[in-house]
Amino acid sequence: MEMIVVAPPAPGRIEDLRRRFFATPLQSLLSLISLAIMVFIAWKLLNWAIFSAVFTTSGGPEACQAAAGACWSVIAARWRIILFGLYPFEEQWRSALACVTVVVMTTLSCMPAFWTGRRIALVWGTGAALYYVLMKGGVLGLLYVGEEAWGGLALTLFIFVTTCLIGFPLAICLALLRRSELPWISRTTGLIIDAVRSLPLISILFTFAVVLPFALPQWLQGDKLYRVILGSALFFSAYQAEIVRGGMQGVPKGQEEAAMALGMSYWQRIGRILLPQAMRNALPATINQFVVAFKETSLVVIVGFFEILASGNAAYGTGDWRFAYVEVYVFIALIYFVFVFSLSRYGAFLERRMSVGER
Amino acid sequence: MLVSLLRNQRVRNTLLQVLYVGSLAALVLACAMIARQNLAQQGITSGFDFLFKSTGWDVSFSLLPAAPTDPYWWYFLIGVINTLFLGTVGLILATIVGTIVGLARTSSNELAQLLGRTYVDIFRNIPLILQVFFWYAVITHLPTPRAAHQGFGMLLTSRGLYVPIPNVGGTALAAAAIAVIAAIALPVWLGRTSRLGQPIGERFGIQLAGSAAALACAGVILAVGRLPDLPLLDFPALQGLNLKGGLRIPPEFSALAVAIAIYGGSYIAEIVRGGFKAVGKGQMEAALSLGLSPWRVFTLVRLPLALRAMLPILANQYVWLMKATTMGIAVGFSDFFMIVALTINHSGQTLEAIGILMAGFLAINLSLAAVFNRINKAIALKGNHLRE
Repeated sequence: MEMIVVAPPAPGRIEDLRRRFFATPLQSLLSLISLAIMVFIAWKLLNWAIFSAVFTTSGGPEACQAAAGACWSVIAARWRIILFGLYPFEEQWRSALACVTVVVMTTLSCMPAFWTGRRIALVWGTGAALYYVLMKGGVLGLLYVGEEAWGGLALTLFIFVTTCLIGFPLAICLALLRRSELPWISRTTGLIIDAVRSLPLISILFTFAVVLPFALPQWLQGDKLYRVILGSALFFSAYQAEIVRGGMQGVPKGQEEAAMALGMSYWQRIGRILLPQAMRNALPATINQFVVAFKETSLVVIVGFFEILASGNAAYGTGDWRFAYVEVYVFIALIYFVFVFSLSRYGAFLERRMSVGER
Repeated sequence: MLVSLLRNQRVRNTLLQVLYVGSLAALVLACAMIARQNLAQQGITSGFDFLFKSTGWDVSFSLLPAAPTDPYWWYFLIGVINTLFLGTVGLILATIVGTIVGLARTSSNELAQLLGRTYVDIFRNIPLILQVFFWYAVITHLPTPRAAHQGFGMLLTSRGLYVPIPNVGGTALAAAAIAVIAAIALPVWLGRTSRLGQPIGERFGIQLAGSAAALACAGVILAVGRLPDLPLLDFPALQGLNLKGGLRIPPEFSALAVAIAIYGGSYIAEIVRGGFKAVGKGQMEAALSLGLSPWRVFTLVRLPLALRAMLPILANQYVWLMKATTMGIAVGFSDFFMIVALTINHSGQTLEAIGILMAGFLAINLSLAAVFNRINKAIALKGNHLRE
């Protein structure tokens, strides 16, 4: 028997456009308004950022201020202070290399090949150690540079990495304690987690930076930087613990019961059965939490650190570039955007990939 | 004897719990005692007596009258009210922005979708504090009062935004504000309540009448409460080097409100989009096939269902927004946290101030959560219904 296939006539290009954007009067109006907004913003933005912008430092701030568009010369003149803060000028290649280390480390840990507990710990451990040696120096013939001179993007990345490095294991501990069968352990841990979660991060950073020195014996106080990192890690772990716990709740109860029936010990059950499955469930939310943590590193500016935001304020705040604040903030926003956007896109990709696996 | 006791599961469990809770409590206690000792060395006595001493410093922004002679507890109250005020303004603005962008993202128009997605992608991925700094820099770099931008009776200057205010007594103004809110809320209630005879969806006249009545009330209140011998509206105007009249919205407040509205709006847009996505397509098709107009489908089917899906997530977002007001310290807006930080600087009552801070935020968060739980329960679908 012969099959008769009747394909609808392929719409022409104009017909297709009409259907997609001008199907009804309301649709047409909406399309036109959207188009007008887009064209207007795009034109203004391009004109400001490229066509009437000044890119070279040759004219100095005066020529720049006279121009109608953006003054990118401020970036050309001050990019070092934005990226590296007060780090010694001759040693800034180390700071740059340290930033690259962090980027490589993050990229590596995004690859599924590194998703075993041991490998990920190895990557982050070596990465953090490499970063620390590069930044601090004092060994291998590198000049010693104390933490107080760290700044800019390098400091932002350092705070992010150490926050995750301390916060993540802590989060798993908290999550395990919270689901403990012993009522008082789970209740107390729950209280700690909820208390930390109900406080704003700034207040925790402030407490750790300013108040904690009163409450600790002299030998335990340490550098302000590490106290603040500890506070930020605590905050991160309180949120991450709830994500991990959510992931654990998604693991069927039978899994653990089966492991118990096989005679596995507590740590075997946790390490081999529960955590691998829980982490898989919790992965999208975890990536999201990393994104949030990266954005929140910017808050340390309030307790007086010279991270990228503060160095940006300094880059335009002093001297002749006082008028060029928009350019500096746009530059910093772009840096944040590149990091955060690529991480969150990666998270979205993972989510799609995993939902394919479960179908 | 001891070994066999340790082998006993119940004894071991009790011991473990006592150890865990005990060591944590000991840690906190030790820290508190060291802190007390250190503070005592600096001549600071612990206790809450300082609450009744006068502060000796000024606040940058206050809705209530404030002077350096006021006691600390009054300043804490000012801080909480400032936080709640900024939070509420930011929350309302962010919800408006988020609803518009979220609706654009769920619309069937691809251009509007693109516009919404671009907005969310840009503003969600830039830290809030950077946006606060940016807007603060923009506002403080505006022209001086002499060369102010003008429009609609408002003045935009580096010292803040000056808006006209009615020359009306404080109580009358508050009463009028309540009447205006009623004018907005009344039609919504009239549209939903079952106490009216008319069927739902055919009450446009009643709704309009209710709203108009409330607005008329507001008008009467304003007319009665206005200050004698002055024009109804007080416009800001340049006098010499200064601006006189009108209401000044300081740059700190507007920068924070704008930043929270834009940043929070991008998050709320995603929540709105998620809520609308959660409404089953079949429900919309069923409503359309019943012959409801697209507007009715939206207001009677899509919106109520989407709202139910959104509300729990939205509540979390609002709690987050309230906490985001602590960014105020970055630009010098005297929110609750900044008052606490200044208290610690000036009085040295560290532990007490931190305790007050924690209690304050706990109270704010819990009451917000309670309000949303009530709303959630009130609008939840009742009776047996099939889901999925």
